Amino acid sequence: MAEHHSEDLYMKIFYYLLALTILEIIVALPTYSTLVKAILLIGMALGKAGLVAMYFMHLRFERLTLGMIAFTPLVICVFLVFMLTPDLGAVAHKTTVPAKAATGAKH
Amino acid sequence: MSEAAAMHAGHAESYESPLTPESWGKLGMWVFLVGDAMSFGTLLAGYGGIRYGSADWPKPYEVLGIWLTAGMTLLLIVSSVWMVKGLAAIQRGDQAAFRKFIGLTILGGVVFLACQAYEWNKLIFHEGLGFTSNPYGASLFGTTFFIITGFHGMHVTGGVIYLLCILLRGMTGAYSANNYNPVEIAGLYWHFVDLVWIMVFTFVYLI
Repeated sequence: MAEHHSEDLYMKIFYYLLALTILEIIVALPTYSTLVKAILLIGMALGKAGLVAMYFMHLRFERLTLGMIAFTPLVICVFLVFMLTPDLGAVAHKTTVPAKAATGAKH
Repeated sequence: MSEAAAMHAGHAESYESPLTPESWGKLGMWVFLVGDAMSFGTLLAGYGGIRYGSADWPKPYEVLGIWLTAGMTLLLIVSSVWMVKGLAAIQRGDQAAFRKFIGLTILGGVVFLACQAYEWNKLIFHEGLGFTSNPYGASLFGTTFFIITGFHGMHVTGGVIYLLCILLRGMTGAYSANNYNPVEIAGLYWHFVDLVWIMVFTFVYLI
């Protein structure tokens, strides 16, 4: 039963979340490779989301059923990104060509 | 007779299955949140796809600024802590602490919404960020920004109303150390709103 968790544990999780938020801002401020920045930031955001779900939403102390239900959208979202992949290429092609034409017309 | 006995046995077996939740209300909220997570997942994946395909996407942290929203992120995290403290209070039967912490959680949500209203007002009327056009680059930058943060803001609004109902019912003495399930279920919704903002803050503001 998810009850009577130590309030110290909640405060510990709060300090982890605070530290990760500060770390995220430190990582986000300088200019460098967007890919590296995205991987670092998404990794930290998933860590924070995991802490909220596991401890504040008590998922760590629940039955397996709820864990399986909560995990499902994560898996589907990964599929979603793969399903979007063909569109990503098409959109990049379409938007860069007129941009080039527009800059060519200016000169 | 034997058939009926078999049916009864089957029923008893399914009831005692480890997959049976301890609270149907909690299961219902989780199922709703999973659907809602897919809504946000789709919005964020769509945002990523549009941004990846755009040649002139502005740098979000230069246009939007991150300090106000970093503060809003902390505010939601703190309000989540107040929520768990409110739940812990009612679990030990402390009505006064329960009211105080749920009240603080609601206040956190209201201040968050006020910050968002201030931010939207500044962006729309002072910095020219429109729904369909803006001076910074790709027109969909504004569209995706307003749809994603607006959808989240509606969730915060819903959460504030939901928690107000919990607080008002709590003030009539509806909840106690033996009956706190509705508070826990409302808490799930509130933490989910916090969790989603963590993702929105990362995708829309930081990257």
